[in-house]
Amino acid sequence: MNNIVVKNIARFLLLMAIQIFLLNKMNFFGYLNPFIYVLFIILLPLRTNKLLLLLIAFLTGFTIDFFGNTPGLHSSATLLMAFLRPGLLKVFFGRIEFTQDEEPGIIKLGFFGFFRYAFILVLIHHLSLFFLEVLSFSKILIILENSLLSSLITMILIYIYLLIFTRNK
Amino acid sequence: MRNLFIFLWNNRFFTVFLLLGVFSLTLLSTSYSYHRSLRFNFTSDLGGSVLSTSADISIYFHLKNENERLLIENAFLRNQLSNSFLTTDTNIVFKDTLFQFIPAKVVSNTISMQSNRIIVNKGKFHGVEKEMGVVTDNGIVGIVIGVSDHYATIMSALHQNINFSAKIKGSGQLVNVSWPGNDYRFALVTDIPAHIQLIKGDTIISSGNSIIFPEGIIIGTIETHHRRTDKDLSNAILKYSVDYNKLHHVNLIKNMMKTEIDSLQILSGNE
Repeated sequence: MNNIVVKNIARFLLLMAIQIFLLNKMNFFGYLNPFIYVLFIILLPLRTNKLLLLLIAFLTGFTIDFFGNTPGLHSSATLLMAFLRPGLLKVFFGRIEFTQDEEPGIIKLGFFGFFRYAFILVLIHHLSLFFLEVLSFSKILIILENSLLSSLITMILIYIYLLIFTRNK
Repeated sequence: MRNLFIFLWNNRFFTVFLLLGVFSLTLLSTSYSYHRSLRFNFTSDLGGSVLSTSADISIYFHLKNENERLLIENAFLRNQLSNSFLTTDTNIVFKDTLFQFIPAKVVSNTISMQSNRIIVNKGKFHGVEKEMGVVTDNGIVGIVIGVSDHYATIMSALHQNINFSAKIKGSGQLVNVSWPGNDYRFALVTDIPAHIQLIKGDTIISSGNSIIFPEGIIIGTIETHHRRTDKDLSNAILKYSVDYNKLHHVNLIKNMMKTEIDSLQILSGNE
C-alpha cells in the first residue's frame, strides 16, 4: 500500500516537472500544446476511493493552473476527466477483476485496451480545456482542431513516457 | 432537511464533483474579460520564483541573439543623445519624464492558447502596477493584469480579450487591433474607414490615446487588406512585429501621470 503511494507521488512530481518546465515552454508545430500531466490521473490505482480521485484531480489541475497563471482552467478540465473515469472503466473493462493496488496500465488492460481508455480521457480533458478557455461556439472549429491534434501529441508523449518508465518484469 | 443530507451523502461522488466544479468555474470566470482579469490576482511569488529558475537556464541558449539585439538598441539610443547632434538643436526641449521604462525578464510565456499570459520577474517592489503597458524594442507585447511582490502577469498580445487602440502611421487614422486566435504571428485590424486602402507593409502603431502606451509603439505591418464597398469600415490582417515565440526581455511602461489622469476622469464622471 505504502509502496503505491510513494510510486504515485513520484510520478506526480515527475509529470509536473515535465509539464511545467518542458512542455509549457514548447510548441509543437507552432500552436499545439500537449498536456502529459493527465497521465497521472489516468494511471491512478483502479480502486482509488472515488472522492479521493476527484480531490486529487482537482489539486493536480490547480497546481498546473498555479504555475501557468490560468485560474480554474486546468482544475475544471482535470476534474471533469476524473469524474468520468470510473464510468468509463466500468463500460470498457467491467468484466475484468481488479485488485486494490493495480493500475489501469498496458499490462492490465492490454495495449489497445489501455490506449483506447487513455485516448478518450485525454480527449475529454483537452476538449473541455480548450472549450472552457474560449467559452464561445464561434471558434468551435479552432477548438476542435486544437484539441484533436493536441490529444494525438499527448498520446504520443504518453507512449514515449511509458516506454521509458515502465519496468519489464 | 434530514432527507436532503441523506440524498447528498448517497450521491456524494456527484456532490463533491459539483462543489469542486463550481469552485473551479468561479475561478475561471475571472478570465473572460479584460476588466474581470484585472479584478482577480492569481500572480504569486512562489510560482514566479520556480519558473524563474528554469527560465535562467534556458536563457543561456539565446544569449547571442539577445546581445545583437541590445547592440542595435544601444546604437539607436546613442543617436538620440544630445551630444550626438552637431549643433544645439532648439527643437529638443527637456521635459519632465512622462513614461518610465522598467526592464524585466520573461519567466513564463505561452503562445498556443486562446488566452496567453506572460509572467515577468518584476513586481510591486519594482514599481509595477496593474494596467501598465509592456513593450520590447521591436514593438508591443501586452498589458499587466496581475502583480505580486516580485512578479507580474501580463495579458499578452495573443489574448482573446486584448484590444489595442492604434493608428495608421502616416495618415494617423484611428483603428483597433485585436487577436482572432488562430496564428501567433497575425492580428486583426478593425474599424478601418472605407476610403483608406492599405497596402502590404504599411505600419500600424499605438495611438497614444490610452494612458497605457505612449504614442508610436510599433504593433506590426499590414499583410493583406481587402477594401469593402458595401460597408463603412473594413478589416485587415496585420503581422506582429514582435516574434512572441522568442520573447526574453521586455520593458514595462510606467505612466507618471496615471494617477492624475485617473482622478481627472473620475472628476468628469467619465469612469
